[in-house]
Amino acid sequence: MQPAPQDGVKIRVRGLTIGYGGVPILRDLDFDVHSRGIFVILGGSGCGKSTLLRHLTGLQTPIAGSIEIAGVTRFPPPVDEPPPFGVSFQTGALFGSRTLLENVALPLQKWTGLPAPDIDNVAFARLRLVGLGGFENHLPAEISGGMRKRASIARALALEPDLLFLDEPSAGLDPITSVELDDLLTTLNRSLGVTIVLVTHELESIFRIGTDCIMLDRDALGIIARGDPRELRTDSSDPRVHRFFNRLPAGA
Amino acid sequence: MRAAVTALHLETRDVADGGVEFLLRGELTLATAQTAWPKVVQRATDLPEGALRRIDLTSVERLDGAGAAALLALRARTSTPARPVELAGARPEALQMLQLYGCPSQHQCLKGEPQQMPILEQVGREVLGLRAGFVEIVDALGQLCVAIARAVRRPGSVAWRDVPQLMERAGADAVPIILLINFLVGFIIALQSADQLRQFGASIFLADLMGISLTRELAGLMTAIIVAGRSGAAYAAELGTMRVNEEIDALRSLGLDPLRQLVLPRVVALTAVVPLLTFLAMVIGALGGMLVAVTSLDLTPTMFATRLQAAIRPLDVVEGLTKSGVFAAAITFISCHRGLTTRGGAAGVGRSTTGAVVTILFHLIALDAVMSTLFNLLR
Repeated sequence: MQPAPQDGVKIRVRGLTIGYGGVPILRDLDFDVHSRGIFVILGGSGCGKSTLLRHLTGLQTPIAGSIEIAGVTRFPPPVDEPPPFGVSFQTGALFGSRTLLENVALPLQKWTGLPAPDIDNVAFARLRLVGLGGFENHLPAEISGGMRKRASIARALALEPDLLFLDEPSAGLDPITSVELDDLLTTLNRSLGVTIVLVTHELESIFRIGTDCIMLDRDALGIIARGDPRELRTDSSDPRVHRFFNRLPAGA
Repeated sequence: MRAAVTALHLETRDVADGGVEFLLRGELTLATAQTAWPKVVQRATDLPEGALRRIDLTSVERLDGAGAAALLALRARTSTPARPVELAGARPEALQMLQLYGCPSQHQCLKGEPQQMPILEQVGREVLGLRAGFVEIVDALGQLCVAIARAVRRPGSVAWRDVPQLMERAGADAVPIILLINFLVGFIIALQSADQLRQFGASIFLADLMGISLTRELAGLMTAIIVAGRSGAAYAAELGTMRVNEEIDALRSLGLDPLRQLVLPRVVALTAVVPLLTFLAMVIGALGGMLVAVTSLDLTPTMFATRLQAAIRPLDVVEGLTKSGVFAAAITFISCHRGLTTRGGAAGVGRSTTGAVVTILFHLIALDAVMSTLFNLLR
């Protein structure tokens, strides 16, 4: 694991403007993600949450501004280096032609010099950690959506990162699976010290595990609230934030 | 069980100042609107502007979402700023439906007319699209060159493990179809030429014709076309599916370069197997010609083979194999590029696959023309 910077800031975002084809959808974002926290990016549909996550993970280049992870700027993304973080995508994005074990083993094969049997053991341990022991030889198409998301987290954890990005991990899952996933993230955060950045609009999940958050708004093209989600729910005077946290429709 | 549907009826009534009032009776629903509603709209359209004042819904027994949308659209279309059309007498359920589908302004009730783009703008956009496409191709080629340079510096960063399997799929699995097609091509060309050559007493030159055309052109081109249809389409579909399933992003998020993981192994595999397939195609095509020579021209296999050997020069074979290597690289590059730039789900994968095969076929012919000219200069 990389040591956290002295000030405890894991991700530092300054003046970040992001969008598509030069047209900004979010402007001048400034925020810090603190080490060992569970940071939630939230907001209504289409406000740019997933796009922001794609920029944080280096999959898209910002229009302006900077992103530093553990004190190192991410643009242009470094070449031929293992990433200092793991990413779990909304759909799982597992490699369809590989078994779950092969999916998790791939980053280990590429970035470690471990012998094949050891790689398999590590990959199997990751799968057991997310509750998928016994499914290692299944193809992604042979398991449920919730299991695919957990397998995706196992792959994201393969290289032992201390920072994990997750895009809507509990979207479309039944309440029990969703709680189990939240418990897994809390365990990773508390036991392994993994900093977690997740995009979601599942309120229950936000209140259960989130320690810090920013709320994005499509019309404001930026951040309209930040802080502890539980405090925002009770203390925010912004009607947009109040509506969001209390599930109130527009005009209520 | 639902009660029987009551048809929609329209009555009109004249009101003051030359105005007209519509009285609707029955059910205005998706089922009834299909037959009766166009007549209502026609009657409203036939009226002078601003003449329709009121639509009385007192006798409308049922109004569903489609009916409410149609009614609101009719009101929006026939209202004028001075004389808005009034919807009156709606029963509570119908009123609820109208409020649910209500529009903040009259304009928002109507779907915008599709904009017809002027022809000059269309041409301009197409030209700009071509330019953007060219820039994209140059950019992709540049990225491939960078990937090759990085692969040379760090050979371990390429997914070499996939190469044997790719070679088997593109090469060994394609052998039967390559043999069959090229045998038939050789047979057909020989058959079409045999009569002409016999008339001039030049039957023996069938071997020259077959040897030169197969080695320089036909074997390489036919093989490349088959490979484009088999492997090119497969690569575009495979990478396109990976792209829409976010697997390409997943690779990048693991610090892996999709070009070195997916494209370079395919370039290597196809560039290695296509010349071998082409060589097989040359041999089997000549055998197809020999069959015609023996059965139609009374030549012996030995005579045909001896003449063939004399006709073919090493440079002819080199030309065919060089071309096939270039064709293979082009097939892989175009199909992988199409796959990696796929957008729009399953339909996008279909478009990429079709687009890849069409683009490959065009480029194969263009590359063949360029290389034939160059080799002609060498001779």
